[in-house]
Amino acid sequence: MAALSAAQGGAAVGLALGWRPMFSETVELRGHIIDSLILPKVLDEILTRGAAFKIAEIKIGQNRVDQSYARIEVSAPAADTLDDMLLRLRQHGAEVAARSDAQLAPAPSDGVFPDDFYVTTNQQTFVQIGGKELRVDGPMMDSAIAIARDTRAAHTVRFYDVRKGDEIVVGQKGIRVQPVERETGRTSIFQFNTNVSAEMPKTAMIRELAREFRRIRETHGKVLVVAGPAVVHTGAGNCLEKLINLGYVQRLFTGNGLAVYDIESALYGTSLGVNLEQGALVDAGHDNHMRAINKIRQAGGIAAAVEQGIVTRGIMHACIQHNVDIVLSGSIRDDGPIPGVTTDAVEAQRIMRDKLRDVSLVLMMGSMLHSIAVMNMVPAHIEVVCVDIDPRAVARLTTQQTFRAVGLVTDIEPFLRELTEQLEAPADATGAAA
Amino acid sequence: MRELLLCPPDHYGIEYEINPWMSRAQGADTALVQAQWRALYDKLCSLGPTVHLITPQPRLPDMVFTANAGLTVGRRFIPSNFRHQERSGEAAFFAEFMEERGYEIVWLPQDLYFEGEGDALFGGDALFCGYKFRTDINSHRAVADVFGCLVISVELVDPRFYHIDTCFCPLPDGAGYWFPSAFDEYGQRAIRDRFPNIIDVVEEEAMVFCCNSVVLDKDIVMPQGAPNLVAQLTERGYTCHTLPMSEFLKAGGACKCLTMHMPQRESV
Repeated sequence: MAALSAAQGGAAVGLALGWRPMFSETVELRGHIIDSLILPKVLDEILTRGAAFKIAEIKIGQNRVDQSYARIEVSAPAADTLDDMLLRLRQHGAEVAARSDAQLAPAPSDGVFPDDFYVTTNQQTFVQIGGKELRVDGPMMDSAIAIARDTRAAHTVRFYDVRKGDEIVVGQKGIRVQPVERETGRTSIFQFNTNVSAEMPKTAMIRELAREFRRIRETHGKVLVVAGPAVVHTGAGNCLEKLINLGYVQRLFTGNGLAVYDIESALYGTSLGVNLEQGALVDAGHDNHMRAINKIRQAGGIAAAVEQGIVTRGIMHACIQHNVDIVLSGSIRDDGPIPGVTTDAVEAQRIMRDKLRDVSLVLMMGSMLHSIAVMNMVPAHIEVVCVDIDPRAVARLTTQQTFRAVGLVTDIEPFLRELTEQLEAPADATGAAA
Repeated sequence: MRELLLCPPDHYGIEYEINPWMSRAQGADTALVQAQWRALYDKLCSLGPTVHLITPQPRLPDMVFTANAGLTVGRRFIPSNFRHQERSGEAAFFAEFMEERGYEIVWLPQDLYFEGEGDALFGGDALFCGYKFRTDINSHRAVADVFGCLVISVELVDPRFYHIDTCFCPLPDGAGYWFPSAFDEYGQRAIRDRFPNIIDVVEEEAMVFCCNSVVLDKDIVMPQGAPNLVAQLTERGYTCHTLPMSEFLKAGGACKCLTMHMPQRESV
């Protein structure tokens, strides 16, 4: 990722092209560190060397001769910086905290974690087993960490995947979380969580996003779109279709609704009975989505309907034509559903997790609940863009992804239209890097 | 009755270089060495304390600097763990000497460098300990554990002033004098917090090791060459006894380096 970042560095204002990991270590300070001003000195030293700290624990001596104790997590952008700094901090008495092995306990039964199981964050986590630090595969929040018996590899595990006797990490010992570093070297829209409100201009942000989409396509990264039926209702379906046709989308997570309305619009020109050209309800229009469902059920699925020439345009058509992975998850509100919708929520989660592994950027549009579900599974280093007309939805989503999320409060249609226009224009016209 | 420990300079000489003052090319004048040390011994004896002498050992030229033998509080003695191999042989002789006189010997873990009174001076309610060039800060914690005292750890930043007793001298009335630039900014603040009326020594006088003084109540035995400091101390009611120390300065030492208190404090 860093190499890609360097290759793109020609742009004065570039998107965060990759995340850089932070290197961290926990140090301990003991003694009369308050009266001697050793604690402030150590903290100042960390900051002036471009690193960061978090005081994990501090115990101040109550009496004059009582010694104090501080446990400090130090993070630096490079391993060398961290090593140099630790060398210097050692002179001031800071000792690197001895790491101990993580504790393991067997899962008491299928679907149940042992008491005191370690609950994961969405950040890259390492766990020490047998004196060796293992990288936890598939960082995801609100999971546990399981250690494979045969390979001794560590991976996150959800309730529904844990089996009786699986070795699960318990307690807090032997665990190291590697926070995602905020970009500091240059301006990036992903540098801080950025929200563009309804009153603010969107063009600059969309231009940056276009640049990022281009970079991802050029580097064979993957963009996941999470979209709700509002994309079709607002008439933005043709823009999303274009985005797919241009090769900028590799995955689509949505529900039965978007698929149905998209096919309805492809077959009848309406979305839930509303004519998308004229914006008016057509006679017996409400029947159209039911007839569309029936057509797909008849054909045996979306792909079959496309192959049989029943569906000849629209988002679903574009996805089939361009081999975009479609993950349709069911809801209790669904009509139909159409074939291909996974109605088992647990199974749908499992599929979504699997399809998230190699994604570079997630674009969430007009679907708060579906987006929250995805956000729960997204590792911290993945870039997330949330677009919704409801500022509460944008705020809710961007605060959940605390590291690399940007939000735009806007109608989806103008957003997607401008994004696709930017992407259709020659690269240099949008100021993309050479 | 106050007791001090000195070591006759019979084997003293510049035989190696472990601080910026030492140069084997510039050896000490044996006759002058003896005369200067004798003058110190006589002066200290004349001021009242009992002065003990340890037998000097061949091939341990710096044994004359008894301040680095260790640190004594009450009847307990922590021998030094010298940073330099050249001096590490001294420790056993000092420990044996103190043990024979009934002191309890408390060794610090071997991996903690600690150079005794040279880097540990009581001032007010705290023990001020220098670190970096010779003594490790982690030894301060161990010393605090042994004596149950408050230790103020200060970083030394000027290699010419490699022990705290070369640049800082607390006085019994709560004042003191020092050469501030020998300490980093945090050390300076930590000392000033506890010594609001401390006297700053100018560099020219610091360079003759005027801070390297033996304080015996109102009498201060210090090297020659610091008239400004002497004037200020005299004004505050102290009697300064200045002695030529040129031959010991060649090794980076003076009056205080040549003297250890037995004990420095009766209790903490």
